[in-house]
Amino acid sequence: MFQTRHSVRLAGVATLAAAAMLLAGCAASGGSSSGGSGSKNYAITFLPKNLGNAYFDTSDAGGKKAIAEFKGTYAEVGPATAAPDAQVSYINTLTQKQVGAIVLSADDQKAPCSAINQAQKAGVKVVTFDSDTAVGCRDLFINQATADGIAKVEVDMIAKQINDSGEIAILSASANATNQNAWIDLMKKDLAANHPNIKLDDVVYGNDDDQTSFDKTAALLQTYPNLKGIISPTTVGIAAAARYISTSAFKGKVAVTGLGTPNQMKAYVKDGTVTAFALWNPGDLGYLAAYAAKALIDGTITGKEGDSFKAGTLGSFKVGKDGTVLLGDPFQYNKDNIDQFNF
Amino acid sequence: MTTTTSPTTGSSSGGRNYPGYGRPLWQRLLIRRETAIIALLVVVIVVASAAVPHFGAPITYNFLLLDTAPILLIALPMTLVIITGEIDLSVASAMGLSSSIIGLLTQAHWPFPAAAAIALLVGLIGGAVNGLLVTRVGLPSLAVTIGTLALYRGLAQGLLGTTAVTSFPAFWTDLATSTLPGTLIPSVTVLIVVLALIFGALLHFTPFGRGIYAIGLSPDAAAFSGVKIQRTKFILFMLAGFVSALAGIFYTLRFGSARGDNATGLELSVVAAVLLGGVSIFGGRGALPGVLAGALLIGVLASALRLAGITSDVINVITGTLLVLSVILTSFLAWLQRMRLSAGRKRRETGGSASS
Repeated sequence: MFQTRHSVRLAGVATLAAAAMLLAGCAASGGSSSGGSGSKNYAITFLPKNLGNAYFDTSDAGGKKAIAEFKGTYAEVGPATAAPDAQVSYINTLTQKQVGAIVLSADDQKAPCSAINQAQKAGVKVVTFDSDTAVGCRDLFINQATADGIAKVEVDMIAKQINDSGEIAILSASANATNQNAWIDLMKKDLAANHPNIKLDDVVYGNDDDQTSFDKTAALLQTYPNLKGIISPTTVGIAAAARYISTSAFKGKVAVTGLGTPNQMKAYVKDGTVTAFALWNPGDLGYLAAYAAKALIDGTITGKEGDSFKAGTLGSFKVGKDGTVLLGDPFQYNKDNIDQFNF
Repeated sequence: MTTTTSPTTGSSSGGRNYPGYGRPLWQRLLIRRETAIIALLVVVIVVASAAVPHFGAPITYNFLLLDTAPILLIALPMTLVIITGEIDLSVASAMGLSSSIIGLLTQAHWPFPAAAAIALLVGLIGGAVNGLLVTRVGLPSLAVTIGTLALYRGLAQGLLGTTAVTSFPAFWTDLATSTLPGTLIPSVTVLIVVLALIFGALLHFTPFGRGIYAIGLSPDAAAFSGVKIQRTKFILFMLAGFVSALAGIFYTLRFGSARGDNATGLELSVVAAVLLGGVSIFGGRGALPGVLAGALLIGVLASALRLAGITSDVINVITGTLLVLSVILTSFLAWLQRMRLSAGRKRRETGGSASS
């Protein structure tokens, strides 16, 4: 009996000690992240929707580059999976650590807001990028692209690829997709006003489903034998259309362009199916967000309309309506630059 | 904290050797899983306060309690359910459903208390569905609640679609994040304490609670002793549904955002907290104080590690390891004790619950 009691106690003590050491070890390796260079607190932490996401790896790397340029302290934290409330505990933690600024892509429009307000009260600047919160609750939103910009770049690309004349079609997402419909309306206006020789035959919907988009591409090419180009303003659609055309007799004869991601499109750009497609550059987005955070920390801007600040190699930017900064025109990917991107 | 295991005397003829009562009272109170977890919690808090910058600040505990409140709430009925040998995995989906319903009704300009009442009612009904399928149809609760996990989540997302409702009255959202006057303790702590006292009294100080342990230890013996097994389980599933809906309302108000995917995956945190707190997944053993400490321990560890700059993956690894260790430790100690007893008496002990 005596021995039993003893071993029970020993085991208990061992567990406690192990847990304590585990914690102490981690604490030591983690260290303190606050502080920065000079009098300003340039500790800027990126908080993406979730970690291990190639898109955010690219954007946060852009932020890291910018922060290194102005000798701040870069850090990246975030939840393993995106959930509406997942970022709240991280914002709280960063508030306690008194970082200079948090740069986040919000998982939910509203859920992080009370935590953000608490952070702001403690003097932490909050910049959103990629995905905004409600307007009142952050200092600045770095907008990757506007509807006008996206519509224009797509029309410009197809016009260039088919020498500004011929029949085209649009392969969209679903018939009630808000973003795509807004872009398509703008594209139609642009075509009518500036490209009289381009005829838009049809708008079809692949529902952002790979197989449906693939089948719709096939149907388009059969229905309109004179088709010279397809615009797909959705990443699923453009990849499916490119896949169909790359294995068909239309390869090199029918142009495909629109919005896509580099990893998805690399093969089709290299085999000549696709000359160019567009999307914003997430690296630049993170870079700009970091400089916006710096300007807020410096106090050179407060986030009101008309403020302007310098963002390293990207040049000078102005704050627009609702505390929004626009990155600029969408970025065009082609065979010369696509290998630099991995997302 | 009372002793929890009612020993099944079995065939102890004349020897009067109750394994559960083989040691003096103070030892039985001190050397047990619950005490170990509470002690571990205290140690982790002390170490973290000393080693992790900013952890000692009072605001840490404010965030911590707000973060763990839904887990603490749902862990209460979950403990009772697991002690009967059942499990309810649909609790987080029930939270999501409750969130969707108050979102939808608020959007339709219902007064908030009415919307909340409907959400609680739906939680109760959801729990009753689980209970009926387990007790009347006789299906295993693991299968039933995996099914309703998908079902309630599907309903929640179907009701709201991809939209989020954020137009809640400021009075209620402020209340959810408010603190007790003059302190940094969140007001929701009052709700947790009251419910913990109610569930603690129910489990540890009533015949109904004795019945819960009896069912978990031996359903047949419980039935023969007059415990209404089906009714007890049915009530417990309804309580789990009700408290989940309540947690869903708190969750929605705290974040000011009603979404169908709110609280996805929270059921596993709840079960982890309950098991870490010393409740046996096979039923029959466990106590509420340990469970509350288990839930807080997971929260404190996560909070301290986040402040120390550890990434979420590593935090999950540490929490998981701790859980596995705690389960292994119990089995190991039980095995050790059995070995000692059998060696000492040259008689094979068949009772499983040697140390608790």
